[in-house]
Amino acid sequence: MARPLMLTIMRLLTPTLEFDMLVFIETLINGLLLGALYALFGMGLSLSLGVMRMINIAHGDFIVLGAYLSSVIVMSTDLGPLASLLLLLPLMFVIGWLLQVVLFNRVVGRDPLSPLLLTFGLSIVIQNLLQEGFSADTRSLPAGDLALQGVELGGMSIGVLPLISAAISIAVFWFINRLIHRSPVGAAVRAVADDQETARLVGVNDKRLFAYMTGLILVTVGIASVLYGMRTPFSPASGPERLIFSFEAVVLGGLGNLWGTFIGGLIIGVSQLFGARIDTGLGPFFGHLVFLLALIARPQGLFKGGKS
Amino acid sequence: MILEMVDIRKAYGKNVVIPGLSLTVNEGEFVGVIGPNGAGKSTLFGVISGEHVADSGSIQMAGENLSGLDAAARCHRGVARTFQIPQPFLGLSVYENTLVSATFGAGLHGEEARESARAALLKTGLLTLANNGADTLTLLQRKRLELARAIATQPRLLLLDEVAGGLTDAEVGELLELIVSINQSGVTVLWIEHLVHALVSVAERLVVLAEGQIVADGIPKAVLDVPAVRETYLGSDLEDDEADSVVADAGGDDVRG
Repeated sequence: MARPLMLTIMRLLTPTLEFDMLVFIETLINGLLLGALYALFGMGLSLSLGVMRMINIAHGDFIVLGAYLSSVIVMSTDLGPLASLLLLLPLMFVIGWLLQVVLFNRVVGRDPLSPLLLTFGLSIVIQNLLQEGFSADTRSLPAGDLALQGVELGGMSIGVLPLISAAISIAVFWFINRLIHRSPVGAAVRAVADDQETARLVGVNDKRLFAYMTGLILVTVGIASVLYGMRTPFSPASGPERLIFSFEAVVLGGLGNLWGTFIGGLIIGVSQLFGARIDTGLGPFFGHLVFLLALIARPQGLFKGGKS
Repeated sequence: MILEMVDIRKAYGKNVVIPGLSLTVNEGEFVGVIGPNGAGKSTLFGVISGEHVADSGSIQMAGENLSGLDAAARCHRGVARTFQIPQPFLGLSVYENTLVSATFGAGLHGEEARESARAALLKTGLLTLANNGADTLTLLQRKRLELARAIATQPRLLLLDEVAGGLTDAEVGELLELIVSINQSGVTVLWIEHLVHALVSVAERLVVLAEGQIVADGIPKAVLDVPAVRETYLGSDLEDDEADSVVADAGGDDVRG
């Protein structure tokens, strides 16, 4: 690790390194587009943390699970990965709803450790089930022509798929944010986050609300998993890495702050791609580095934490 | 009758707060509840609203057994309560606080829910503050919001815990008027209050609690004439205004469990 790091730093400091404005902007844009996807990863974590005070260690594995389920749908029907969402998302909602009712509702609201342990166990179970069912090989979702198409923009080439992904991510963020801040259900969600006991007294059935919430979270996970699976191969063991990207986005943005999570995701994406420019293998490393530096500077996250 | 509690017992560990209490309230009644600190008044409300589960005994509302129901389900059946220390949802706007009640407590939707949420704010004089964050309210406004939120669930049985404490006389007067009008619209009111003179001016029945048991129950005037009540719980002559303030001072820390 020390040698590549030294090399990187030397390259960064070498004045002979050509600074190409076009490459810079292109990297920035691609970083933002990738980051929008990481933000979508983080959204589910942000919601379960903000509303249920629950950290879901299996979050990354749900992202991988979604990708495998989409892959199964694609192989057994005529649908492409994007069209597979039509079947995948209702399925993900039901999975989330059931998990909350059968498992998570038993542990939420108690000490923070119980959900942590439960979802840690769930993470191992999902990984092993996936390995049993699909072998340890990597696979990816067939993106077809979409993966090759690009938009020419002043000499730069921006991929169509990343553009679509980012647009969908923004749309999902906008929609969820509106749901939480502009609807009676959203008000109830925030009320429960505020004071669970009192929310019950005014008629809010918190356990039922949580079940819908986790269903909704898995819907956002399903969307993210398909979009990411179309550009990055996945295997049963990819979950923890996805989880870390999600965590970084959430923590960077300030716990429980939805748009903060979005910005956090963007920062991780941009850092990774600039890192990868310097040395191809160093992308994720740079993401973590920027995360750690930002955390040292602002331990509370970049933005004010919200309740949702 | 709207509420029938038989032999309710509630203890926290070895601390028996209510050893065995039976209470019947008729539909539309306006019942005042007084008693010294630690008499179990707030615990009694907790047991009715479903925050606390009684150790034993039965509790029925309009003939339906409430025992197995949680707080949300009891709210749906028409139980609402306020807290001595107001606890509005601070992350929500004033309007959203009552909107949650109208939607999830009263089961209303769309325009009906919004209208009902606004009506509760209008009644409590908070409509002009509807879009402010609940965290910006003063203590008195929070007390009003506490009441508005309870009303918006469209209760049949309203449990008020010290809503008048800390208010000026004029404010207490306004509040009394509001609560009387709620009662006259058919809502049964159970009201814990240390301001005894305010309470007896509107309540048609007074229940005195001590050590988790009912020591007197009846028409306010008669109840206050019971020597034991006068001496033990009210200190001295009630005709005297000073006595009221003594009682008011003695109260105020009957905290929610």
